[in-house]
Amino acid sequence: MPEQSDGVIAGTGMGGGMDLAASEAETLEKVPGGPLGTGPAGKPRSLWSDAWHDLRRNPVFLVSSLVILFLVVISLWPSLITSGSPLQCELAKSQQGSQPGAPFGYDGQGCNVYTRTVYGARTSVTVGVCATLGVTILGSVLGGLAGYYGGVWDSVLSRITDVFFAIPVVLGGLVLLSVVTSNTVWPVIGFMVLLGWPQISRIARGSVITSKQNDYVQAARALGASDSRILLRHIAPNAVAPVIVVATIALGTYISLEATLSYLGVGLKPPSVSWGIDISAASPYIRNAPHALLWPSGALAITVLAFIMLGDAVRDALDPKLR
Amino acid sequence: MGRYVVRRLLQMIPVFVGATLLIFLMVNVMGDPIAGLCGERACDPATAAQLKREFGLDKPLWQQYLTYMGDVFTGDFGTAFNGQPVTELMATAFPVTIRLTIVAILFEIVVGITLGVVTGLRRGRPIDTTVLVGTLVVISVPVFVTGLVLQILLGVEWQWIQPSVSPDAPFGELIVPGLVLASVSLAYVTRLTRTSIAENKRSDYVRTAIAKGLPRHRVITRHLLRNSLIPVVTFIGTDIGALMGGAIVTERIFNIHGVGYQLYQGILRQNTQTVVGFVTVLVLVFLVANLLVDLLYAVLDPRIRYA
Amino acid sequence: MRGARHARWAAGAAAMALAATACGGGGGSGGSADGVLSSSWGDPQNPLEPSNTNEVQGGKVLDMIFRGLKRYNPKTGAAENMLAEKIDTSDSQNFTITVKDGWTFSNGEKVTAKSFVDAWNYGASLRNNQKNAYFFGYIEGYDKVHPGGGSQTAEKLDGLKVTGDRTFTVRLNQKFSGFPDTLGYAAFAPLPQSFFTDHAGWLAKPVGNGPYAIESYTKGSQMELRKWDAYPGDDKARNDGVTLKVYTDGNTAYTDLMAGNLDLVDDIPAAQLKNVKNDLGDRYINTPAGIIQTLAFPFYDPAWNKSGSEKVRKGLSMAINRAQITDTIFQKTRTPASDWTSPVLGVAGGFKEGLCGDGCEYKPAEAKKLVQEGGGIPGGQVRITYNADTGSHREWIDAVCNSINNALGNDKACVGNPVGTFADFRNQIGQHKLTGPFRAGWQMDYPLIQNFLQPLYYTGASSNDGKWSNKDFDRLVDRANAETDTAKAVQTFQEAEKVVRDNMAAIPLWYQNGSAGYSQRLSNVALNPFSVPVYNEIKVG
Repeated sequence: MPEQSDGVIAGTGMGGGMDLAASEAETLEKVPGGPLGTGPAGKPRSLWSDAWHDLRRNPVFLVSSLVILFLVVISLWPSLITSGSPLQCELAKSQQGSQPGAPFGYDGQGCNVYTRTVYGARTSVTVGVCATLGVTILGSVLGGLAGYYGGVWDSVLSRITDVFFAIPVVLGGLVLLSVVTSNTVWPVIGFMVLLGWPQISRIARGSVITSKQNDYVQAARALGASDSRILLRHIAPNAVAPVIVVATIALGTYISLEATLSYLGVGLKPPSVSWGIDISAASPYIRNAPHALLWPSGALAITVLAFIMLGDAVRDALDPKLR
Repeated sequence: MGRYVVRRLLQMIPVFVGATLLIFLMVNVMGDPIAGLCGERACDPATAAQLKREFGLDKPLWQQYLTYMGDVFTGDFGTAFNGQPVTELMATAFPVTIRLTIVAILFEIVVGITLGVVTGLRRGRPIDTTVLVGTLVVISVPVFVTGLVLQILLGVEWQWIQPSVSPDAPFGELIVPGLVLASVSLAYVTRLTRTSIAENKRSDYVRTAIAKGLPRHRVITRHLLRNSLIPVVTFIGTDIGALMGGAIVTERIFNIHGVGYQLYQGILRQNTQTVVGFVTVLVLVFLVANLLVDLLYAVLDPRIRYA
Repeated sequence: MRGARHARWAAGAAAMALAATACGGGGGSGGSADGVLSSSWGDPQNPLEPSNTNEVQGGKVLDMIFRGLKRYNPKTGAAENMLAEKIDTSDSQNFTITVKDGWTFSNGEKVTAKSFVDAWNYGASLRNNQKNAYFFGYIEGYDKVHPGGGSQTAEKLDGLKVTGDRTFTVRLNQKFSGFPDTLGYAAFAPLPQSFFTDHAGWLAKPVGNGPYAIESYTKGSQMELRKWDAYPGDDKARNDGVTLKVYTDGNTAYTDLMAGNLDLVDDIPAAQLKNVKNDLGDRYINTPAGIIQTLAFPFYDPAWNKSGSEKVRKGLSMAINRAQITDTIFQKTRTPASDWTSPVLGVAGGFKEGLCGDGCEYKPAEAKKLVQEGGGIPGGQVRITYNADTGSHREWIDAVCNSINNALGNDKACVGNPVGTFADFRNQIGQHKLTGPFRAGWQMDYPLIQNFLQPLYYTGASSNDGKWSNKDFDRLVDRANAETDTAKAVQTFQEAEKVVRDNMAAIPLWYQNGSAGYSQRLSNVALNPFSVPVYNEIKVG
């Protein structure tokens, strides 16, 4: 039964980071007895309402949701909390410290660190959300198809997954992005999707294989339901839980990856304003102007943290074994 | 078991071909390396054309790939632009990176599992919360920031370590770089172990073991730990390949002349032969590590039998 | 059984970790032997053949292991006879060169006229792919050994003849009075016979005739050079040797210097310049070098080459606050440029401060007006392209753009356009893909005003990347080259430079200094006008 072992492996090139999320999520799909819970009144509740019941009382979930909500708001309307332009820089103010109008001080180019940190949220959140969406859609579709149809389809898709898995991510980024001339966020997102989907694909595949064997799926099949109906109505709702968990955590790592790519000189390009650009620009000046490094790094860390904690909370809520 | 291994080995072939082809295509997307080779002053067309011919860059892409793979199977990984055979570069780079990886893996095993066991056994207590928050912070700060801060603090301000690694790269100098390289995985190992321990703590066999009066440490080491470590070992095993390939950032910060450094140089100079050669070896390491982990899995968990 | 195996494994791991920690406490192997200094280095990207080395890092080594016919004085930059006893000419086209007696390579072989002629023939021949081949382009017969297309029809340069053990003649294909002064360039170095008979062996461990000999060379990592005791020249090494250590990141090299792990860093990254006074005190040098940074323009793009464009270019130039950038970003390791040459040439050599006039002064209001008069910036936005992988280019490009934006009152008038790799940067330039200005740095090959003008602005010249072309300029350069009187030649070159100015063919930014920091063990550290440390003069201890 090598198939099972395939499902357990969580190899990766994502700097090792994300597969543990994968491995942790693996435990979900193996929950015995399926995803049905029972409410206090004996009335059966779905996995989701059960989870929601838990989440509403989980402070970790509440705090991380609030942080994320705040980020989304300032991404959409940065002018709510800052009045300046992130591109307005005066060299005369280079590396000056905190002062009225610039609570975080100025960076090496004399740009207002506060303004840039606020505006950077938009780019970072865009990169994270879009990359995660792309990875999730591509990964679930390919992984789901492989898991559902099995056989040759599965073998071919699984091998393709392995191929993309085997390429170290940072390396792929260096190669692919070093020739990009566009200064939008799309090449970076595209690259993340291209090398990130195998991670979700594996989870989705394993998860679909498990759900497929459930009695109600067999029943639907016996009743003559079409493939698409079975996949969408019966399998997807139950297989999606581990995917969501991994995707939430992955979102944080994509934001972090953008910064690493900037450090290697292949990330986003000006006039984009992103935390990654600012962190890598400030890092050589760590001894003279630590504040220019501290604030964008702090913002990035808090954001990544919020998404990881959110993913954690959702996983705990979805995993009946840990109640 | 034997048949399973053979099957897995056969499956590796298309993956290996696919991955090398993919990286070959990617490197070629980067374009013509000759311009960079010529420096600030463009080479005259005759020299440029001849250099192209010499490196085989004038051939169609598929032919370049076939020639290259043919050579690889005879042990010839081509020549870097500075005239050195890629195999020589590998001979100097891989031992360094392997040492770095060993240090990183040791950190994951020793520190990661210890912290994981401690927190898993004391779920919800202050120590658990502290470690959990700590791991989250480690995960959320980009590795290059961690590396640079440690380098400045330990290497310059407090002078505990050498800020860079000498060409011989002895184990002693690789401790901090190894820690930086391992940091994120370390945090994950801790969390994975914790989850796994916490889960198994409530399993029937642990309850049985306690019920029949076994001493606590024996229950933990013989029953609980052994079963809980299965996913951890899996993770660490598959992490080997990722660590070796992911060392680009760490090796750059600490000036370590290993695989990551060679890859970085190779990419900057668009040196197809170097990049493809090193990635080919990394892909092999990754595939073999995956296979070994699966086999190890069968050894650790008697419930799994490979047909 | 299995459990026991695990236990042993874990114990072994713990022991290794302990051992590793123990080792870490002691002094590393970073320091060097007495009398040997360690110095930062970059991995040369081409084999270390003299006629194939086109960048500073390889040049550093060649400067230590080779001596040519001429040598540029490390202080003044003047070309002085080294191995040349005399170089005679009556018509600036035919030269008779006599090599000094008593010189040998470090393997004992005598340096003869043949050592030079063979080396030059090797360098010029197309089949050897030498990247500096064009240096031999003035010698008669170059078009046969190195044709622009097709295969070569001759093996050797017609213009080179060995006439005796120590004499040979050179015939040029045109008059070039400055020719003898170019002979200090590394490409003209002599080569021993082993270079031709055992090429691979020579590349693994190059042998030359300079004050140092290579003891070991680990490519991509480090090179050990030792003083050659039998060196016949009078510029013997004053230390026992040099260890060149490869660094990928200049910041790491500087960090190592501070930690006492390295003796000499010869290119201090911009980010650390603010700290040098504090960290190094007077163990820091900052001396002018023959390097000028400019912004070049894509003249192949009609948008930048129509009438009125010169006003836009001049306007952009006047929008750049050079003084502020060189002070803040570069901490005075650059000097605002006011001509297109370099101060190291000296006034007699053709440097003329202020030749640029108000075009190089910061006048934001006028700048804005000029850009408008010239029809505005093509496409509404200037994208300055640079390579992000080496040097501290991002810092100054961003600063230049901010300065332009502030002067023009538009946040998005100028934006930096980083290209991931130097190779791709050069590709995009070569294939005329750029539609805006790009970073152009010029480091002189030899200290002649000709070298700052002809290769960069002459029609079709090797480094005229923007494809600027101007008949007046070309004519003046031709006239200057044919001039036998040096002062007159320089004057004519300056006339040509004024043509560059009037068209603002490139925006001069600043003259770059060489900067270096060193450890307490060293003294007598200096940089030559090529910003390379004068290693043989350094004293250790």
